[in-house]
Amino acid sequence: MKRRKFDVRALPAKSAEALDERFQAATPLRRLLNKVFPDHWSFLLGEIALYSFVVLLLSGIFLALFFDPSMAEVTYSGSYTPLQGVEMSQAYNTALHLSFDVRGGLFMRQMHHWSALLFMAAIVVHMFRVFFTGAFRKPREANWIVGVLLFWMGFLEGFAGYSLPDDALSGTGLRIASAIMLSIPIVGTWVTTSLFGGEFPGDVILDRLYIAHVLLIPGALLALISVHMGLLVKQKHTQWPGPGRTNENVVGVRMFPGFAAKAGGFFMIVFAMIAALAGLIQINPIWLFGPYKAAVVSAASQPDWYVMFLDGSTRLFPAWEIRFDLFGWGDGYTIPPIFWPTVVLPGILTMLPLFYPFIEARFSKDKAVHNLLERPRDNPLRTALGAMAITFYVVLLVSGGNDVLADKFDISLNAMTWAGRIGILVLPPLAYYVSYRIALGLQQHDREVLAHGVETGIIRRLPDGRFIEVHQPLPSAAVSHAEGEEHHGLEYAGWVVPKKMNRIGALAPTVKGFFFPIEKAAPPAPPQIGEGEREEITSGH
Amino acid sequence: MTTHTDAAVEPFDVSDPNLTRFDLVKEGARRDGVEIVHYAPRFPVPGTKAEKRIERVLAFLFLLTGLMGTAFVVAYIAWPWRYGHGDETYQKLYPYYNPVLGATLGLALLTLGLGIITWSKKLLPEEVSIQERHDGASDRTEQLLTAATIVNMGDELGLKRRRFVGLAFAAGAAPLGAVAGALLVGSMIKAPTQNGKNVFFTTGWDPANNGGKPVRLTHEDGTPIRPADVSIGGQITVFPGIPGGATNKYADSPTLLLHLREGDAQETLKHAKPVNHGSQWQNFVAYSKICTHAGCPASLYEQQTNRLLCPCHQSQFQITDNARPIFGPASRSLPQLPITVDDEGYFVAVSDYKVAIGPAFWERP
Repeated sequence: MKRRKFDVRALPAKSAEALDERFQAATPLRRLLNKVFPDHWSFLLGEIALYSFVVLLLSGIFLALFFDPSMAEVTYSGSYTPLQGVEMSQAYNTALHLSFDVRGGLFMRQMHHWSALLFMAAIVVHMFRVFFTGAFRKPREANWIVGVLLFWMGFLEGFAGYSLPDDALSGTGLRIASAIMLSIPIVGTWVTTSLFGGEFPGDVILDRLYIAHVLLIPGALLALISVHMGLLVKQKHTQWPGPGRTNENVVGVRMFPGFAAKAGGFFMIVFAMIAALAGLIQINPIWLFGPYKAAVVSAASQPDWYVMFLDGSTRLFPAWEIRFDLFGWGDGYTIPPIFWPTVVLPGILTMLPLFYPFIEARFSKDKAVHNLLERPRDNPLRTALGAMAITFYVVLLVSGGNDVLADKFDISLNAMTWAGRIGILVLPPLAYYVSYRIALGLQQHDREVLAHGVETGIIRRLPDGRFIEVHQPLPSAAVSHAEGEEHHGLEYAGWVVPKKMNRIGALAPTVKGFFFPIEKAAPPAPPQIGEGEREEITSGH
Repeated sequence: MTTHTDAAVEPFDVSDPNLTRFDLVKEGARRDGVEIVHYAPRFPVPGTKAEKRIERVLAFLFLLTGLMGTAFVVAYIAWPWRYGHGDETYQKLYPYYNPVLGATLGLALLTLGLGIITWSKKLLPEEVSIQERHDGASDRTEQLLTAATIVNMGDELGLKRRRFVGLAFAAGAAPLGAVAGALLVGSMIKAPTQNGKNVFFTTGWDPANNGGKPVRLTHEDGTPIRPADVSIGGQITVFPGIPGGATNKYADSPTLLLHLREGDAQETLKHAKPVNHGSQWQNFVAYSKICTHAGCPASLYEQQTNRLLCPCHQSQFQITDNARPIFGPASRSLPQLPITVDDEGYFVAVSDYKVAIGPAFWERP
């Protein structure tokens, strides 16, 4: 047989050609490699959520290999001595097994839980960024909606996961969830018995939550994330205004290698943080809580942080029960107080953000395409609304842990509840007003600097006795002034206005160092002979 | 290969030997609507001290990644990891298993991430590229052509002419769609009734669970309770004395049995509302432990004030006044279990709760 010459160095080119003959990949591949990404720290927040999701999938697969959501009663016989011989569900048993009898199982459990918390936190902070900079405006309304749905899907996914280990805390959470379902008018009891397969807790709920947690909701999350990313690629990233940046271009670095390297490195850092948290900081030590028993609860039962705002709203809502008679049917009907803060409120909190882009466009009559971001100060109304919403949320969040606060700071529990009830009404409007004024103030200061230059802190006394502050004009303002045009200052460009003067012509910098000067003061100048000459020399420097 | 007509503004010969590779990169980017306006190497003069320093830092970071990764694997396999196993040293090292895993993996990933980012920030050329957006609607002609294609589908199917077929199709497809809904809802739906009784109105204390005889109050382990078992001012959680009475199967049944002080007992008796008349036995009262707000066990009992606090949402109930809610989001009193003592001197429930226990719902009067 004749041995053909095999050229290793030609192999990459050869295989690339072979691939291109089949897939015509050259043009689309290059287009992808050359895609330009703008750079700003705030664009990384959404990435944190994406990377946490990857960690969630990986750690979740590990856990699924060992966890069994069955509610069948078993007697614990694992390594953890304090619980040996205790009756518990198979779900709790396998969760304990994972924590004590699987090598690295606890590490993976904690990694899964920490990344879930980070996933939700990153989503929320990313949402703030998108909201306050107006990135949700046309043409990106659809992606905003997908983002809101992602939050609620993540919320459900997290709650389902929290319920699975069947420890005392997850059981308590589930029982509250059943009370929430029960409170729904007309269909409440039917919904509850249908989902739980009978009266709480029944014996099917964990199996159902499990399939939702490992298949249905992750599937929906994956689909939504794909749409989120796909739309991002299709519509391209927004960018801050700045030199050379317009509504019609994207200024940044190409995806490969610059952006990809940075994003890859960032992924590793996010992963590192989750791994460090998982190893070093304990989370959800289910073996301390014991199996769920309907009669047992401990004080300071808190849900995960992203559910806490609902817990807070539940605590704050007054005991307003509606009882009425309907045509004399039955023995009268009831709408329990828990219905409002746990069914109606989340409904509003879903719908309002979902439609916000359209509501805002309608009121501002703004139908234009916006690829340039808006600084929060430049849209005081939106910024104030956002601050109001966040304050509302934070009051609820804090109230979700008001018993812990009352305990730690030795405050009356009832006083905390009342503070929350009053706070939820008073603080959001206050936040609205304050942030509106701050936004206007910042705007005005920007305009002032553009018109008059940077404040120098140098006070000069004029010959007629008046005092004025010297302003350092901005470069191009000085130019236009020199050219003899009418001096109106610079046009605001929607981006940071320099507020600090440069050093030329200013006072010497202040002494650096906290306890003692880092730099030694210059030795006193030697006595000079010709006074006039000295003036000449130093004036030029 | 077809020639790209847009890009053929000025002829570009890829095989021109005078072109550098970067010229090709720029041309490729140009065809993708990307203009590389600034592109400068970080270290124009190769091999400077500063560049060498960066290279050393990078090498250090990546080697540390390898070291930490190896340390993780070694610790994962060799570090004592089982609770309650081995000798004393094993048990001393065991609590550090997780921290060691977290520290080593965290450091491995952190150094890798920092290395990659340093690489991209300090060694990759400085670059500013501008890509044109092609926003807005498609070309009007394109829109019209696509619209025509879509509308034509209707014509091809003849929906207008064959209206009856269309209607028949819709009438046929709708029930098929309902099949999916029917399977989902029908398989899961469950009426809130069992043996003809609404499950939300009955608990384990129903004598029907005990062959018609009154159900005894028992400890969690099933032992019945005598009045002497509860000290004055004390309280215990009791469960229905039926098979599985203390399990989650009867999650609606945990009850709080309180032995009130003489004065408190008199006050409780005085306040008792009609539905609670006759429920008290001497100085003993029993209230449902399931909070009427969200169903948590209302288990924190403040003896001095005779208040019961639910730790979930801080509803507070006044024991001496029908366990009426006095603070927090709960709107209903805790139901009282009518109790007495049987011939053998043990506590029994006279009947089931007279009102539904736990969180309220629509049908509850």
